[in-house]
Amino acid sequence: MAGLKVYFDLMSQPSRAVVLFLKANKLQFTPKPIALRKGEHLKEEFGAINPFRLVPAIDDNGFKLSESVAILRYLADKYQVSDHWYPKDLQKRARVDTFMAWQHLNLRLFGSLVFRTKVIDPRMTGKPIDKKKLAECETQLDICLDKIDTIFLRESSFLGGNEISVADLLGICELMQPYAVGHDVFHGRPKLDRWAKKVQQQLQPDFDQAHTFLFKLKEMFPPSAKL
Amino acid sequence: MTGVGLKVYYDLMSQPSRAVVLFLKANNIPFTPKPVALRKGEHLGEEYGETNPFHLVPAIDDNGFKITESVAILKYLADKHQVSDHWYPKDLKKRAQVDSYMAWQHLNLRMFGAMVFRTKVIIPRETGEPMDTKKLAEFEVQLETCLDKIESILLGKRPFLAGDEISVADLLGICELMQAYAVGHDVFRGRPKLDAWAKRVQARLQPHFDQAHIHLLKLRERFPPSAKF
Repeated sequence: MAGLKVYFDLMSQPSRAVVLFLKANKLQFTPKPIALRKGEHLKEEFGAINPFRLVPAIDDNGFKLSESVAILRYLADKYQVSDHWYPKDLQKRARVDTFMAWQHLNLRLFGSLVFRTKVIDPRMTGKPIDKKKLAECETQLDICLDKIDTIFLRESSFLGGNEISVADLLGICELMQPYAVGHDVFHGRPKLDRWAKKVQQQLQPDFDQAHTFLFKLKEMFPPSAKL
Repeated sequence: MTGVGLKVYYDLMSQPSRAVVLFLKANNIPFTPKPVALRKGEHLGEEYGETNPFHLVPAIDDNGFKITESVAILKYLADKHQVSDHWYPKDLKKRAQVDSYMAWQHLNLRMFGAMVFRTKVIIPRETGEPMDTKKLAEFEVQLETCLDKIESILLGKRPFLAGDEISVADLLGICELMQAYAVGHDVFRGRPKLDAWAKRVQARLQPHFDQAHIHLLKLRERFPPSAKF
């Protein structure tokens, strides 16, 4: 058993990003799946690993860490992976860091809210989708997607520069969440579309494997091109 | 100004702006201040858009290299200027703890502190309508949850947010906390560790701390502390 334990749920965007990073870099780890839908993150045992009760989290030979952005940086620096994942050059690194900071309150927040509103809330409450809330979240999500298409990808082919980095792992996993529930993320956004294809290609076959469960939802939510 | 190569675009009413300014002052790093008045919409103009296409503060232009997002800025400045190690430690595990707070705070203390502030101050000012008390109550409950987590999880066993010494995490934390505090949210009640931490951090950052918070703290006259929790 590898000394690096990784607690994750493949329905969680940042969990997938961390798993994809490990696989892309062939880093050994002990997978510790935590089923969020069964409340396994709320148990005492997991609380000892991450008192915030969130995935992903790691336990690296006793060193416990949560927050995907922190985990990705830690792993990239510790395992001395190819420089493009998290460049040593200060300016290149700062570009990757800018996306990783911006995404929390933008793509992550609104992509997650669209997903919650369409899937999680109805499942938990038994009520139909709150359409007013959904429309508000979708509008905000589209603003974020436009910013990615026109600002982050304006002059560079990846979110943090001209090579794939940990920023793209977070970005693609967050994007897949609303995509999986029918949000037409690529419509009118050619740069986003090109970027997504490039990133997915670079991460195969791990990308498809990581997204198998999530994409089952696509049957329930055919793409809606209403925007 | 003498044209120092590092230009810093900020508004002292913005929490992350204050964190960046405090970092620069605490480390005696020279910079050219470029205030951007959010209340006058100065961030929305084309000219500012050249510096920061997101139209947000803070942003820096370091001899032509432009970046935004306070977390990215703080990391960049800490690594570039070789400041005292505790601000952003070189040790991987210590650094990871700082990174963990800086990531967590966006969707927690920052988000809910900012929403309380917006609901009490900004939206009424912009719309001329009274405060939305229902929305405010929801945000206050979420903010309380975040403050409890800081009290019991982060400060439970250590004096600073990410370890035994002050770091950039504490700069972000104290500035976000002050936003809600300034509009009457009773952040310290029932939270002795948070209280002790805040005093510790403020003491460490004087006189810059008080200078950075002058405008914000004027709001306390309009929003006396409300101890409803």
